Amino acid sequence: MSRRPPILDVAGLHKHFGPLHVLRGIDLRVAPQELVFIIGPSGSGKSTLLRCLNRLEEPSAGAIVFDGVDVLAPDVDINAIRRQMGMVFQSFNLYPHMTALGNVALALRKVLGRGRADAEALARAALARVGLSDKAGAYPSELSGGQQQRVAIARALALEPKIMLFDEPTSALDPELVGSVLAVMRAMRESGMTMVVVSHELQFARAAADRVVFIDHGEIVEEGPPARVFGDPAHARTREFVARIAGHP
Amino acid sequence: MTDFQRLVFSFFNLEVMRRYLPAILDGFVLTIWLAVAVIATGLALGLALATLRSAQVRPLTWALVLVVDLLRAVPPLVIIVLFYFALPHVGIRMSGVAATWASLSLVLAAYAEEIFWAGILAVPRGQWEAARSTGLSFGQALAFVVLPHALRLTIPPLTNRAIAITKGTALGSVVGVPEILTQAITGQSFSGNASPLTLGAAAYLVLFVPFVAVGRWVETRFAWKR
Repeated sequence: MSRRPPILDVAGLHKHFGPLHVLRGIDLRVAPQELVFIIGPSGSGKSTLLRCLNRLEEPSAGAIVFDGVDVLAPDVDINAIRRQMGMVFQSFNLYPHMTALGNVALALRKVLGRGRADAEALARAALARVGLSDKAGAYPSELSGGQQQRVAIARALALEPKIMLFDEPTSALDPELVGSVLAVMRAMRESGMTMVVVSHELQFARAAADRVVFIDHGEIVEEGPPARVFGDPAHARTREFVARIAGHP
Repeated sequence: MTDFQRLVFSFFNLEVMRRYLPAILDGFVLTIWLAVAVIATGLALGLALATLRSAQVRPLTWALVLVVDLLRAVPPLVIIVLFYFALPHVGIRMSGVAATWASLSLVLAAYAEEIFWAGILAVPRGQWEAARSTGLSFGQALAFVVLPHALRLTIPPLTNRAIAITKGTALGSVVGVPEILTQAITGQSFSGNASPLTLGAAAYLVLFVPFVAVGRWVETRFAWKR
């Protein structure tokens, strides 16, 4: 994976929440078009790691370089970086007062400065990519969880980000709705999108991930191709964790 | 005269009412103007203060909370009297109408700030995060995502506050504002009959029943399905 220069390069990343040391020196490089899958017990710091990447959480120490830009530089234009790092949340976080189309079009208009017609055309295209062309006029409350999450993906995708960050995108979904979201993610993967995914969907990881990273207590315990991490983990902690969640798919 | 006839004569005397109706109408119109001015100023100022507070700059927040708490702690009448009778000593003269407008606007702003702020706080963190993660600035996230969300939450308490403060225009009678209550009391003194007060009460009803109804309509109009 290290043959190509990384698009995202995280080095020595630490995060403290008061006395809590949540991230303890994370080093992570993500190559263009790579799908990195992050697994770990709850409270291991994997979501915090993701949220530090676009500075929704402020890292305590370390370095993050994204596409050649120092993300943690004091004078960095964080809004410019964020629109190139799409983020998808566990709880969708759609804007309830806007239609699906409005949700997707907002940043196109206000961040990219597109006109209304232009923004709506792009938003419709993004909704089509997640299979929701017919739901453009629906409000979030009129959509299922799976549909809401796909609108959230379209909202990020419409900005044509260079990387997509997924924070447990299927954890809040009823089991029968998970498949539709994973299908969209698989299609993105096939179109060459660089992705960092925090999730417990091991089957998806096995099928789609280039690399699996296991985090525990704020440290990367081990990483490697899914077949090796799941089939023949080097560390007892990884083995334990994989066995535990494989029992509850 | 029976008790009932006495009651009708003193409180529902059509002859007296007819005589003072024009004055009460003048008061009615002035009360509406004053109320509109107070609500517009108070809500705008309250929203501006809540927006300032959402920036979470410590010293600014402390100063803001102190002023807001003072304004909520002191009876509006005291503020009106201070503005009208005390400020001239430092060279600031204002009419009774101006003193009432300024005082009630400030008091409404204080309450409105707290209500707007509570509304902003009630918006889930995820809304901020989703907006910011797409590259919206703090101000854009506030304006396009958080406030529309917060404003809908705040409509019922704001409507109540606006009604309460509009009734406060009656306090202007203390500094000679010729609004409904002043006109009614003047009429009562001159006629020696309480019927102008009845007329005043009717004027308040005519003013507030539609106000409450509009408040209800706005509440349902701006609600969205969850």
